[in-house]
Amino acid sequence: MSELAHGAHPQGFAHQFEDIEQQRDAGRLGMWTFLVTEILFFGGMFTSYIIYRLLHLPSFVQGSHQLIVKFGATNTAVLIFSSLTMALAIRSAQTGKKKGTIIFWLILTMILGAAFIAIKLRFEWYRDWTEGLIPGVHWFYNGPHAPGVKMFMCFYFFMTGLHAIHMVVGLGILTVLVIMTARDKFSSEYYSPLEISGLYWHFVDIVWIFLFPLLYLIGGRY
Amino acid sequence: MSDHGEHGTHTEHIVPISTYLLVFLALMIGTGVTTWVAYIDLGKWNTVVALVIAFCKMILVVLFFMHVKYATGLTRVIIIAGFFWLGIMITLSCSDELTRTWEIVPQGWLGNGSMILPLLSRLF
Repeated sequence: MSELAHGAHPQGFAHQFEDIEQQRDAGRLGMWTFLVTEILFFGGMFTSYIIYRLLHLPSFVQGSHQLIVKFGATNTAVLIFSSLTMALAIRSAQTGKKKGTIIFWLILTMILGAAFIAIKLRFEWYRDWTEGLIPGVHWFYNGPHAPGVKMFMCFYFFMTGLHAIHMVVGLGILTVLVIMTARDKFSSEYYSPLEISGLYWHFVDIVWIFLFPLLYLIGGRY
Repeated sequence: MSDHGEHGTHTEHIVPISTYLLVFLALMIGTGVTTWVAYIDLGKWNTVVALVIAFCKMILVVLFFMHVKYATGLTRVIIIAGFFWLGIMITLSCSDELTRTWEIVPQGWLGNGSMILPLLSRLF
């Protein structure tokens, strides 16, 4: 490849690709392949959730009613809002906006992500602790269906815990993205790290979209 | 599918802000409706409605926020394969779990027909 052609390539272009567009498509494909493994990773938990719910529905209803719907719904809204700001961060990069704009949307996404975790910790998990609803650690529940409720709470903590770990990882990725943006790594031609991190962030949002009705709204609240 | 014939000249599809805002609005309404419906007695349909809304929200996020509407065919195949395998995992695990009761209640083989329907109804 001649020096001239080399110079014409945008920053971030890797030479094994024919053009930057092929590189972007390869990045997306690779990220989606990873997300498929994530679908099956969470899928294992959803499958066991389905089976145990099938076997112990009354316990799961009772367990679900230990959770507070308003915090689950608030967190759903917070996460959807963070998905919007993430999409807008990527769009700012695609349309060649100033790096300050990209960083603004990224930091807003991080604030919303952190708000999600803060609400979860302060108003949900901390309350579960004080109410004695943490199986094996702090368990004082002795209402109806106690053994089944205990199992439901195990599902609740493993599923929301795994989700929260993904949120924390996402916050770490966003921090790296903010630094990369500040160092002018991205342009309207090269923004793949932003885009595939966005895919991850939206995926974590989708997991919560399913966790909210499955954990908080079993058997209705009427 | 996107047109990938030409080299270099093809520019990325940029989703208009109005589309993002509409999707965001739809997702927020979906969240509101799911929560609201949970307080109305629909019997076993409560779960069905909640899952249908969650599924629609997922489709919106995947198509617009994750740009799959504008993705290549190969990417779409990978995504569909992922959900297909998830379907295999859930279906086969459930088909095992739902039919195991036959061992405990042997008259189910001979007597009142299929055990699967009553078991399925316990899902909701």
